[in-house]
Amino acid sequence: MTQFLLKRLLFSSVTFFVIVTAVFFLLRAAPGGPFDGERQLTPEIEANLKAAYNLDDPLIVQYGSYWMGLVKGDLGPSFKQKDFRVSDLIAAGLPISVVLGTGAFLLALAIGLPIGIFAGMHPQSLLDDAVMALNNFNLSVPSIVAAPVMVLIFSVLLGLFPAGGADSSLHYVLPVIALAMPFSASVARLVRGGVRDVLVEPHIKTARSKGLSNSRVVVRHVLPIALIPLVSYLAPAAAALLTGSVVVETVFDLPGIGRYFVDGAINRDYTLVMGVTVVYSFAILMFNLLADLCYGLLDPRIRVVD
Amino acid sequence: MAFWREIFSSITALVAGAFIALLLAVSLFGPLLSPHDLETMNWDRIGEGPSLVHWFGTDEVGRDLFVRTMEGLRVSITIALITTAVALSIGIPWGAVAGLSGGYTEQIMMRIVDAIYCIPGLLIIILLVVVFGRNQYLLFAGIGAIAWLDIARIVRGQTLQLKDALYISSARALGANTFYLLRKHVIPNVIGPIVIFSTLMVPNVILMESTISFLGLGIQEPDTSLGVLVSDGTQVMESAPWQLLFPGVVLALMVWSLNTLGDRMRMTSQTSQVA
Repeated sequence: MTQFLLKRLLFSSVTFFVIVTAVFFLLRAAPGGPFDGERQLTPEIEANLKAAYNLDDPLIVQYGSYWMGLVKGDLGPSFKQKDFRVSDLIAAGLPISVVLGTGAFLLALAIGLPIGIFAGMHPQSLLDDAVMALNNFNLSVPSIVAAPVMVLIFSVLLGLFPAGGADSSLHYVLPVIALAMPFSASVARLVRGGVRDVLVEPHIKTARSKGLSNSRVVVRHVLPIALIPLVSYLAPAAAALLTGSVVVETVFDLPGIGRYFVDGAINRDYTLVMGVTVVYSFAILMFNLLADLCYGLLDPRIRVVD
Repeated sequence: MAFWREIFSSITALVAGAFIALLLAVSLFGPLLSPHDLETMNWDRIGEGPSLVHWFGTDEVGRDLFVRTMEGLRVSITIALITTAVALSIGIPWGAVAGLSGGYTEQIMMRIVDAIYCIPGLLIIILLVVVFGRNQYLLFAGIGAIAWLDIARIVRGQTLQLKDALYISSARALGANTFYLLRKHVIPNVIGPIVIFSTLMVPNVILMESTISFLGLGIQEPDTSLGVLVSDGTQVMESAPWQLLFPGVVLALMVWSLNTLGDRMRMTSQTSQVA
């Protein structure tokens, strides 16, 4: 188990290192400097600007100092938003994105888990069909359509919730639901499949023949195994949450880091885009590690194999 | 034939198939049915609701929304097909070579796949857009560069199963090299499951393209795609909700149909393999 985790930790560290390196050189190799599009600058001013942003150093020195900054939590100055450091922008946006993501994650579990368990215990029931239909619906109606339609119905027509911004907790209701929807359907489907697979195993029959109550069989014997597919879904789910939050933040006009990312990409603010990429990659790799850890804790077989 | 009859014995699959046929036909020939064209702006009819003249209404500069939606659908489908082709042409050889070689080569090749897999596809594509600027071909390449990962994993898995088959060992014993084995034995054997997986990849690619275009990083005016139309519709949904709803529904319908049919194909092929 320890060896397995160490292996994964090593893999994650190497991946993180490669991502940062690749992104750094990719963006430095990009055509067009960070100050294009403004007035034609005289060579002197351009040289001064470059010096101010340390762009006149050799590439390898810049790369080194980026890492030095990264270790200290400094992601450099924003190329387009003067007087702002990328770390400060991200620090401003991160809480909003974290609230959004955590809210959606918890809501999706709160909806998906009970429905999935029930549907798994009662195959071919009405709810079972409903889970599959809902899952199909959520896979097919993308958030770029679903989120604006939600705004249309609940904000414009019914006036229940504000349409955009992040001024009060009420502003988070629709975005959290929009982000959680596709996710809750996946959770329900995975749990349903997991429960169904475990129910036919002999140790469940044994547990029942010992006279255990239904709820005890489920909690003690079915769930730990049935949840494994869900755990392996954790890492892709984190990626899906990030992707989804970029769209949801754009639709609902929430100033989270997803918005910074898209705006940075449109303005070609290299340092901002790079900073957000670093934060995203770090978060995803952490989720991967967490999933590996849960894996080992839930399924004893994995501990033995490695 | 039996395979297709089995697939369409399900009503939902039949409905999905019919939708796909309908949408494909309309996107190809629909512009011929309508007297309007893609570009003409009619300043007298700005943001009009659906009518007999303009079936889907008009947009904010008076262009016919039906024709534009069909064009958007065609662009989305084209991108999906090209990207899937890109993904297949990288993923199949990669997975097959990794599976056949084994040892360190396989380890390294699959670790690379794992590493790229960690990063969300949208992130990679947006990065590529930032670096190389916005253009359609980049979009194909970018989405293809992510979609091949799944293909490579599946092909490797299939190849591992084949690897120890008697006829492969015999071919090896007779001196066949890796390239020959790939061409003669491995690829013909893995192509079936891959084709079925590809039908599930197409809707995902359509969604990915739409999302990127929706964010303003993909297809640009004057070209259009379903994502661009949905994004434009979102801007005016309070006064003209149909501009959001028509492209949105067409997008959802296409994705639903492809998903449903793909799922059905996968399930049917699994059961028929068992039988």
